[in-house]
Amino acid sequence: MEFISQPWPWYVAGPLIALVMITLTMFSKSFGFSANLRTMCSIGGAGRRVDFFNFDWKSQIWNLVFLAGAIIGGYIAANYLTTDTSIALSSNTVASLASLGIENAGSSFLPTEIFGFDALSSIGGIAYLVVGGLLIGFGSRYAGGCTSGHAITGLSALQLPSLIAVIGFFIGGLIMTFFILPIIL
Amino acid sequence: MKYIKFLLTGVLFGVVMSKAEIISWFRIYEMFRFDAFHMYGIIGSAVVIGMIFVKYTKRKELCCIEKKPIEFKDKNLSIPRYLIGGVIFGLGWAMTGACPGPMFVLLGHGVFSMLILIMSALLGTYLYGLVKDQLPH
Repeated sequence: MEFISQPWPWYVAGPLIALVMITLTMFSKSFGFSANLRTMCSIGGAGRRVDFFNFDWKSQIWNLVFLAGAIIGGYIAANYLTTDTSIALSSNTVASLASLGIENAGSSFLPTEIFGFDALSSIGGIAYLVVGGLLIGFGSRYAGGCTSGHAITGLSALQLPSLIAVIGFFIGGLIMTFFILPIIL
Repeated sequence: MKYIKFLLTGVLFGVVMSKAEIISWFRIYEMFRFDAFHMYGIIGSAVVIGMIFVKYTKRKELCCIEKKPIEFKDKNLSIPRYLIGGVIFGLGWAMTGACPGPMFVLLGHGVFSMLILIMSALLGTYLYGLVKDQLPH
C-alpha cells in the first residue's frame, strides 16, 4: 500500500496509459477524450442549429461512461489513494514560478492563484479560465483531437497528422509558457 | 451492463492521471519549460508500448473481444488543420494545465473551478462547429 499512496513514477504511469488505450482498442473503440465535448454539445441540442453536432451521439455513450469513470477515478485517488498532495517539482520550475508571483509551487496539485476561490472572485480570474477553456475546446476540435487522441493513439498508429498536431500543441504551449504567461500571471 | 467495462477503464484512467500528477498545472508548466523528464517519460513510454501493440495487431490481424476487426483509420493529411488547431489547443493546455481528460478528473478531486473550464471548453467546441466551414481544413 505504501507504493500506491506515493506518487507514481513515469515508468508505471506511461504503460498504464498505454493499457487504457489498448483496452479501448480491444473493445473496438478509439481512445480520444475531447470527442466527449462534441457529444455533450449534441446532447444539449446543438445539432438543431449547427450541422457538425447533428450526428448519432448514442454511438458515443461508451465514451461518456468512460468520462464518468475518470471522474470517479479522480475521486478515489484524491480520497483513498493519496496521503501527500505535494509535488516534487524541479527547482528551476519553482524558481521560475516564484518570479511570476506563483508562491509555494508544488505544495499542492494546482496553483491557488489560478484555481482558488480568490481567483474566482475576480473578473480577471474568471476570464483566465474562460479564455483557457475556449482555446482548449476550439483547438481540440479544429485539430480533431487532444492529447489522448493525437499524442497517444495517433502517434502509436504512426499517423502523420497526429505528429503535426502534437508539434502544434508544443508550439502553442511554448508560446504560452515563455511569452504569454509572464505577462498575464 | 455492457458499459461497465468502459466505466472501469475510465476509473483506471482517472486514478493514473491523478497518481502520476499528470492533472497538475505545475507538471504541465514544468514540461513546457523542459525542466523535468516526468511528462516526457509518461507520454514517450505510452507511445512506444502503443506502437508495439499496433504493429503486432496489424501483423497478426488479431481480432478483438467485440468480434469486430480492430481498425486504425488513417487520418486525412492536412497541414493547416492540425497545425493551427494544434497551436490553439497548445495555448489553452499550457494556460490551464489541463486537457479535456484532466478537467474531468480534477472535478472528481472536488476542484469546482473546473466547471468554468468545462463550460467554456464546451462553448469553444460549439464555436468551432459554428465557423468550421470558414476555416482552412
